[in-house]
Amino acid sequence: MSGAPLLEVRNLRTHFPIKRGLLQRVVGHVKAVDGISFAVPPRKTLGLVGESGCGKTTVGRTILRLIPATSGEVLFQGDDFFAHTGEDLRKLRRQMQIIFQDPMSSLNPRMTVGNIIGEPIVVHGIAKGREKDDLVASLLGRVGLDPSYSARYPHEFSGGQRQRIGIARALALSPSFIVCDEPVSALDVSIQSQILNLLQDLQEERGIAFLFIAHNLAVVEHFCDEVAVMYLGRIVEKATSKELYGNPKHPYTKALLSAVPDVDPRPKRERIVLQGEVPSPSNPPSGCAFHPRCALSREAARQAGVAETTEIKVGNERLRVLAKCVTQSPPLEQKEGEPGHVAACWVSR
Amino acid sequence: MPEPLLQVRDLNVAFETSRGDVRPVRDVNLAIYPGQTLAVVGESGCGKSVTAMSILQLLPKPPAKYLSGQIFFQGRDLLQLGESEMRSIRGKDIAMIFQEPMTSLNPVYTIGDQIIEAVTLHQGKSGRAASTIAEAALADVGIADPARRLGEYPHQMSGGMRQRVMIAMALSCQPKLLIADEPTTALDVTIQAQILELLRKLQKERNMAIMLITHDLGVVAENADSVAVMYASRVVETATVEELFDHPVHPYTEGLFKSIPKLGADRHRLDTIPGTVPNPQRFPGGCKFHPRCHRMQGDQTCSSVEPNLREVKQKHWASCHRIDGYQTAAVTVPSISHKRQVTAGAATEVSA
Repeated sequence: MSGAPLLEVRNLRTHFPIKRGLLQRVVGHVKAVDGISFAVPPRKTLGLVGESGCGKTTVGRTILRLIPATSGEVLFQGDDFFAHTGEDLRKLRRQMQIIFQDPMSSLNPRMTVGNIIGEPIVVHGIAKGREKDDLVASLLGRVGLDPSYSARYPHEFSGGQRQRIGIARALALSPSFIVCDEPVSALDVSIQSQILNLLQDLQEERGIAFLFIAHNLAVVEHFCDEVAVMYLGRIVEKATSKELYGNPKHPYTKALLSAVPDVDPRPKRERIVLQGEVPSPSNPPSGCAFHPRCALSREAARQAGVAETTEIKVGNERLRVLAKCVTQSPPLEQKEGEPGHVAACWVSR
Repeated sequence: MPEPLLQVRDLNVAFETSRGDVRPVRDVNLAIYPGQTLAVVGESGCGKSVTAMSILQLLPKPPAKYLSGQIFFQGRDLLQLGESEMRSIRGKDIAMIFQEPMTSLNPVYTIGDQIIEAVTLHQGKSGRAASTIAEAALADVGIADPARRLGEYPHQMSGGMRQRVMIAMALSCQPKLLIADEPTTALDVTIQAQILELLRKLQKERNMAIMLITHDLGVVAENADSVAVMYASRVVETATVEELFDHPVHPYTEGLFKSIPKLGADRHRLDTIPGTVPNPQRFPGGCKFHPRCHRMQGDQTCSSVEPNLREVKQKHWASCHRIDGYQTAAVTVPSISHKRQVTAGAATEVSA
């Protein structure tokens, strides 16, 4: 992908303090996002995948300043977004919107649909009165809802319809960038495809760039131009969608891809069953955070000299892995394959 | 042909509401054989969970009413049993695991208390004997250090671990049938793979029958022997897993397959099923799928006559007027005894 990015994230960190005791002393930090960088070009979609607790949602919210960042930069159209305040910030915010996962809890149950969609239009001084109503009606029409619905309340709608209302609200200010945080995972299968197609049409029509956060790998592959895989607050691999799925490099990506059940009763893929669970982000493993679960490191240790390996304890087992994986954090670097295919792994080439 | 372990015959369930009765289950026929997995697939509100709850008689009456039908389990009709007889079957012969392991475990009791309660109730064991069984049950589901874990509370465990505890509890009394209602929906894919692998292993060891309720066609493909697809309170298509995935004939099943993005497939615009699942209070007339169906034609058949399940092929039932040969197909009660040939998800166990 070439050209100036619409949004650039540089070394972003979001740490949450852990407070204990009567005095609420800070005893540690949950490193929800721990130094990640990526760029989203205009009119393109970057997918962010990972398991629960990997920090993908926090990334989306930190970028929009819904959660304060601990450090790092977000450049929007080359401009430092974190440096703005007041009216300035409000203007920039028109450009950046979000669609939430749960369409029930993200729509105010006491507001009519017309007010939910109309409020940002009024707040940002884009239109009011009749003009605003017309705008709301056209937005509703665009997302496939009857414009007469603007007098109704969210509870009167099904999950899919509510997600359409959420999308109409995000579109109200004609943004150029939208964070889609699990936009279809709360929806029924037959409705998911309707919403995905709608988002795709809107992207083509209005030239919107998406940061698409999801845990469903098949949906991400289908929807995104480029995909970044997160594990414990970091990006472990990033490539174009086709390259990542066809030629995964990081052992975590491989395991994640192989864990997706095949929609075929005669499976062709080999399954890697990862043992154990994602460690806690408040106390991530040293070096490469994936090393306690990594088969690749163990295999490499079998072929390497004893000096290059070290023994670790996982559960009740003692395992031998590459020493480097335990002591040093691997950089995100170019791997064999398409230019731009990066992964953070000491072993994989 | 072996006898089915569980057979649901023409089950009709209604819920009384202030706006009249709704019918969450209509004319449902299902058969589950020992050692086999029947997957019941459908979207929210299609009646799959209500069917499962009916088997265990877990629906409060009222509002639930059993209008008609039988549920045969080992020759006895569960709908005719009294509450005390039902209680001796629940948990012992038929066990159930739920989607959300946090809300289905009691937060103020330890894991041990909860498993031991089931063991004491159904097997009459207590004290040391009961905790030995509970420990073994935890070990069976792959929980390390089971003796220590027995003293822990649900909040001390992760989602995957809690689901293992649920499974351990459900299986502690060696049930013949396990009803798993969306057992992995709340879990991450890598944990889902672990749990499904575990269920397959335990099923094989114990020749247990599983009724797997899910909306995920990938989970169905890898775990089921036979499949029943439900739409608007009815089974609309049922067949062996291979047959259903190779040759779906009902337009709803067909639409579902086309509308899901598949890993590794070429990028293209997804096919969609237009419209939404109908509200049970306002079901359309005739075939309940007709307003969304692309096979609808000019005549009135689809909108006025609701099609019944017919055996359109061997071991393959469907209900649609527009299937070739439907008009002449026999109306028989679906019952599929089938074990899939390929062992799904032939896994290479990696990692500690």
